[in-house]
Amino acid sequence: MSKRLETVFAGVTFKNPVALASGTCGFGKEFNEYFDIQKLGGLCSKGLTLHARGGNDGIRVWETPSGIMNSVGLENPGVQHFIECDLDRMNSLDLVNIVNLGGHSMEDYLQAVEILNDYKLDILELNISCPNVKAGGMNFGVKTEMAREVVREIRKACKHKLVIKLSPNAEDIVSLAKACEEEGADGVSLTNTFLAMAIDLKKKKPVFENTYAGLSGPAIKPISLRMVHQVAHAVSIPVMGLGGISTWQDAIEFIMAGATVIQIGTASFMNPRLAVDVIDGMERYLEENGIENLSEIRGIL
Amino acid sequence: MSKILENQKITEDFYLMKVEQDNDASMGQFYMLRAWDKYPLLSRPISVYDADEKTVSFLYKVVGQGTEIFKELKSGDEITLDGPHGNGFPDATGKIALVGGGVGVAPLYLTAKKLKEAHPEATVDMFLGFSGEAMLVDAYEAAADSVTVNVGGFVTDDIDPTKYDVIMTCGPEIMMKVLYKKCVSVGATAPLYVSMENRMACGIGACLVCTCKTANGNKRACKDGPVMLGSEVFGNE
Ligand SMILES: Cc1cc2nc3c(=O)[nH]c(=O)nc-3n(C[C@H](O)[C@H](O)[C@H](O)COP(=O)(O)OP(=O)(O)OC[C@H]3O[C@@H](n4cnc5c(N)ncnc54)[C@H](O)[C@@H]3O)c2cc1C
Ligand SMILES: Cc1cc2nc3c(=O)[nH]c(=O)nc-3n(C[C@H](O)[C@H](O)[C@H](O)COP(=O)(O)O)c2cc1C
Ligand code: FES
Repeated sequence: MSKRLETVFAGVTFKNPVALASGTCGFGKEFNEYFDIQKLGGLCSKGLTLHARGGNDGIRVWETPSGIMNSVGLENPGVQHFIECDLDRMNSLDLVNIVNLGGHSMEDYLQAVEILNDYKLDILELNISCPNVKAGGMNFGVKTEMAREVVREIRKACKHKLVIKLSPNAEDIVSLAKACEEEGADGVSLTNTFLAMAIDLKKKKPVFENTYAGLSGPAIKPISLRMVHQVAHAVSIPVMGLGGISTWQDAIEFIMAGATVIQIGTASFMNPRLAVDVIDGMERYLEENGIENLSEIRGIL
Repeated sequence: MSKILENQKITEDFYLMKVEQDNDASMGQFYMLRAWDKYPLLSRPISVYDADEKTVSFLYKVVGQGTEIFKELKSGDEITLDGPHGNGFPDATGKIALVGGGVGVAPLYLTAKKLKEAHPEATVDMFLGFSGEAMLVDAYEAAADSVTVNVGGFVTDDIDPTKYDVIMTCGPEIMMKVLYKKCVSVGATAPLYVSMENRMACGIGACLVCTCKTANGNKRACKDGPVMLGSEVFGNE
């Protein structure tokens, strides 16, 4: 591989700008049976929380035309278990180790951040698309001021590179991204899933126990791309772009819209080796067009 | 990509597809099947009905978008098989009962065959329940020592669980639950193995959309299952 795809994100070097998105690849073990995951630029862990969570009851996945809805409910083994069982292996890989963290109260987030401060990792990706139990279940990622407060507190506590993962359900994603920058985030990633709904006609009930679930996959790509474009123009910290990427052409579009790194989630379910195809396709595209490095086309639109 | 050798209509809604594929699939495992490029987005989990080293067969019911596509496939067409996945049914001997409901009969054919091959001294009794038409009874009779067919009733009424050393079942969750309750209420000592049919996305243990909350903690139906103990799945209820 040439250095055409080499990318620096907030001081962290990615050998290529392709990472697997949180929650779609576990901790990397399973996909490693399909391809050498060290071909990837980065890997985002399953979303962790301070304590282990069993996740939601009922149906957790529902297919839509060119997308899926999921309601996993942040099932995860908890930060401590992750540190004991997966962190060393993820660190030993030749890729950027991105640890994704969720939380349901400021205290939860802060305690988990404190624990992770004592360990090596490359980037902490903070998922703020989580209901704040102390604010009546209102999502941390919807109102700019609530998000600002979380980012401010976590920035003070966090010793790692901090990337805030934005929700497309934000009231104003551009002002929310700016607030992240103002509070000292090293970067932002977007988008998470879109709040969505499905109804079972036979039962005359919502398909999901939680009524709503998160939509992902190619169905959301044009909207995620637009949001990445808007945010990348509004902030000077780097952006990780994701949402429905399923081809190398999609990946290049996100880069042209201003993303520094891209992530692949749902599309891995169409083809577990998809991320490798995207990397190869991007490399070929740059070569054929005489582009020495991706930075030449980043944010050109 | 693998080549389809046959794709035969068995009854109104059921098809049997035989695919050329080197494999070491064991009883109760499944493959993720895909006969299209991008959409529908997800591949479809289907159990191994039968297998030898060079071929795998699937018995499937046409219920929606994906299986509608499967049923149109002709011999010579290509399909992507990913697998075999999952743990499958455990080895067993002695007096064995296999209880299937509807399309849940699919994995029990290879199960009966493999158990008899490995343990000629074992007895395998099958109980097959269908809501409409019975199917493939001859094949099942050739594989097992006895086959009891129930059309339109409750196959769980036909079995006396106390007579067995081990019971394995696949079918609608409600049927498997009724069987579990029956085993408990008659004081059967045989372990009951159930094969779960949760909706899946990755099929390999990475996404946690197929989780079963069991008495022994969360288990991924695709990786830690699909076969689990009835007591861990239904024991809490
Ligand atoms: C481990 C396992 C083994 C299976 N073995 C067989 C088998 O041998 N023969 C057979 O006919 N069927 C089997 N099924 C069920 C089969 O996967 C579904 O009937 C099939 O996916 C339906 O796809 P569709 O596109 O026709 O239906 P649609 O309703 O259009 O499917 C929409 C989505 O829902 C999922 N889905 C729908 N029904 C089910 C279901 N009952 N279980 C799981 N996911 C479902 C689909 O996979 C798809 O993602 C098995 C399921 C599992 C989990
Ligand atoms: C099954 C599933 C589980 C997910 N779990 C998480 C999670 O734990 N934390 C998180 O930040 N995002 C999670 N996501 C969101 C994805 O990381 C990604 O932001 C979203 O799916 C959009 O990208 P995509 O269309 O490429 O999948 C999950 C998505 C899916 C489909
Ligand atoms: S289907 Fe993804 S973990 Fe089972």
